[in-house]
Amino acid sequence: MIKSNKPKTLTFKIKRQDDPKSEPYWQAFDMPYRPSLNIISCLQYIAGHATTTGGKDVAPVVWECSCLEEVCGSCTMVINGRARQSCSALVDEILDETGDTIITLEPMSKFPVVRDLWVDRSRMFENLKKVKGWVPIDGTHKLGEGPQESPEQQDMRYALSRCMTCGCCLEACPQFTIDNEFIGAQAISQARYFNEHETGATLKDERLDALSEVGGVSDCGNAQNCVKVCPKDIPLTESIAATGRQLTVHHIKKFFTGK
Amino acid sequence: MANQTTTGPDTQGGVGSDRVIIVGGGLAGLAASMRVAEAGMKVDLFSMVPVKRSHSVCAQGGINACNKVARQQGYSEWQHFDETLYGGDFLNHQPPVYSMTHWAPDIIDLFDRMGVPFNRTKEGQRDLRMFGGSLFKRTHFAGATTGQQLIYALDEQVRRCEVEGSVTKHEFWEFLWPVLDDDGVCRGIVAQDMRSMEIRAFRGAAVVMATGGNGLIFGKSTNSVICTGGAAARCYKAGAWLGNAEFIQVHPTAIPGEDKCRLMSESARGEGGRVWVPRKQKDPRHPNEIPEGERWYFLEEKYPGYGNLVPRDIATRELFWKCQEGYGVHGGRMVYLDCTALPDATKDKLAGIFEIYEKFTGDNPRDVAMKIFPAVHYTMGGMYTTYTAEDDSKGMKHGALNNMMTNIPGLYAFGEVNYQYHGGTRLGANALLSCTFDGLFCGLSVANYAKEQISAGKSASDSLLQKYVDQENDKVTKLSENNGKFNPYHIHEKLGDELTDSCTVMREQKRMEQAYDVLCDLKEQYAQVKLSDTGMWTNQNLSFTRALGDMLAYGEAILLGAMQREESRGSHYRPDFPERNDERFLKTTIAKYDVLNDRPILEYEDVPQPLVEPRARTYGKVD
Repeated sequence: MIKSNKPKTLTFKIKRQDDPKSEPYWQAFDMPYRPSLNIISCLQYIAGHATTTGGKDVAPVVWECSCLEEVCGSCTMVINGRARQSCSALVDEILDETGDTIITLEPMSKFPVVRDLWVDRSRMFENLKKVKGWVPIDGTHKLGEGPQESPEQQDMRYALSRCMTCGCCLEACPQFTIDNEFIGAQAISQARYFNEHETGATLKDERLDALSEVGGVSDCGNAQNCVKVCPKDIPLTESIAATGRQLTVHHIKKFFTGK
Repeated sequence: MANQTTTGPDTQGGVGSDRVIIVGGGLAGLAASMRVAEAGMKVDLFSMVPVKRSHSVCAQGGINACNKVARQQGYSEWQHFDETLYGGDFLNHQPPVYSMTHWAPDIIDLFDRMGVPFNRTKEGQRDLRMFGGSLFKRTHFAGATTGQQLIYALDEQVRRCEVEGSVTKHEFWEFLWPVLDDDGVCRGIVAQDMRSMEIRAFRGAAVVMATGGNGLIFGKSTNSVICTGGAAARCYKAGAWLGNAEFIQVHPTAIPGEDKCRLMSESARGEGGRVWVPRKQKDPRHPNEIPEGERWYFLEEKYPGYGNLVPRDIATRELFWKCQEGYGVHGGRMVYLDCTALPDATKDKLAGIFEIYEKFTGDNPRDVAMKIFPAVHYTMGGMYTTYTAEDDSKGMKHGALNNMMTNIPGLYAFGEVNYQYHGGTRLGANALLSCTFDGLFCGLSVANYAKEQISAGKSASDSLLQKYVDQENDKVTKLSENNGKFNPYHIHEKLGDELTDSCTVMREQKRMEQAYDVLCDLKEQYAQVKLSDTGMWTNQNLSFTRALGDMLAYGEAILLGAMQREESRGSHYRPDFPERNDERFLKTTIAKYDVLNDRPILEYEDVPQPLVEPRARTYGKVD
């Protein structure tokens, strides 16, 4: 899989921005190639050797990262044009795919830049509040087991519960922009996750009300990009379709009951 | 840069003396937030990352608790308690472990009610799997990402608290120092906004540190990059004691990597994965071409009862020695962890961890044996904490003010950052339990203490807060203006290499002495460190360099603790003192920071054994 003729040097073209208000600019950094690098280890190298290809000492590149195992969601950025986690982006694979030793790194474009590759994804967490993304338990008292469920139901919910709020689906979505109100695949899928739990479903109507508002499910343009880029293979388009169906039922019920 | 003290309420919340401060938003911090809020207190929750991204997400295998099925097979909470002590080589305090293991079934129930997608049996009951250090199935799990699933459940509950107004989150804020009054009582914290770099003091009627482990001190570990131990080290420098700092768990099965070592969960062995090396040294063949008779299943041979599921420290040493003897894969520092012969249904259960291996190595463990080697994984030691035991020693008194309080009144330590529960080594799938247990059980103690302080009208004065803010601003100025020549990343690399080499699997006196000399040099270099970013917006370079100073201080306590503990116990193995020595060392190592000489002073404290008499820890080894 990995070819033998590897380059001596890698070049990173990085889109930088000093703070939320300033203009972005590009800088290039060289580093020696080693086998088994991922983009994080390249960024770590650049942090320790913050000198551009032109020989200029600059401030180290800023980015967000934490677990480096593609489970925390922190280190998402746009690598060679594609939104993904930089920890699981392996340099050898990128070289095989592109045949090019120049690798570009950019911040995601759908979120405000904090600095360099670090963006502000608080909108995603706020959207989880909008859809009441929790199971409403009475408290931490000893009240016995939760509801039983079949292995099939567990399997279905588990697939949804792996969403790490990374933002890839929103970056790839043509309907989700930096300044509109669309809630996006992530929050819709999470709403479905909680609606699928016996106790969680007690808030189903409130979740569906939230998803009926401006920026709700009906703003989805069905481009289906979200599901293609999700690093956890979450069935996002299924979630959107299922929630759409729940909404139809919800509105018919509301129409007849007036509630 | 901003330089202010907050004295009155503002729009951000989190400023009054009637609030509780929790630092860290992993399992322990979130469970504590939830419990303290439930007890009627307002909580300010501080975290360097959005709490949902905390290191707890990395735990894969599961969470231990006796349940109905295990009970009918002869297992019990008592047995879980006993296993935890035996695993910990009796360095654990027994009453807290008793409470933890007896609360465990209720903690699982609570997670179940919160909607955690635990794996299910055909009938819809919660499924169980085998794990190290036990002969019973008693580990609950949710796919291959149990930690992620548990922290998400707590994150969701705390988001609800946030909407309801009882918890205020301060994400991307870094803890800098505890605020102590003239009587040495903790009255709040100083923290820094990692974006604006603003330094502010926050009042708290009680402060809980839930800041996790310190794997970054060893350079590459299985920990997240935020696990520097910096917060604990700052409390240590401010007068909090460290307990058993030298006890660090090295996980036997990790995937060595350029940037970190990624965990290969113990569940691989729990589900039947077998560890082996070729019987022939430097065997050049592909593992699939090596016939059964030429494979050496050395753990199964030496430990016929527990086999591949001996506790982590034992497995780690056996693996390490096999490689030292030249039996590692192709003569290198790796052994095989083989899941290729498992039934498909079992492989499906392990799909999540297989995916990680394939993603980062390119090989599929369904078809090819994995190549693994030990890596630093868990911090058993940590901030020293106290508790009140029940009269018969069976558990801690629920709600007693001092449960998991440090030696500094008003300052608590929960989860991996404290030194409780695991003694000399932690059993697999006990960490998620201990972290959550601390938050839920000891959260009540925090609320009770805070209420007492509030009704006594005690809080920090404005001038006290300002003093601490000034002190932290001065440190930043000093670091930024330091016109030295040393690169902090290079110092860190050297520190990690030295400590990993001298003070993990094998701790040889001479090698540790060499490492200590290097560490002293590194401390001198650190005094002449140079920042590559001196700006005052999202300065990660400053944050890392500050934490590096803390890692050096904590690293010194680890190293000196290991040098002075002349015995072998749990994960601490000294080839010159290969036996456990209860007479001299059935004791907690307490490290106190000597400010004048910038070094630890070590003292020892007996560990009482009120319920279970220590016994030899052999795991049925045959020689």
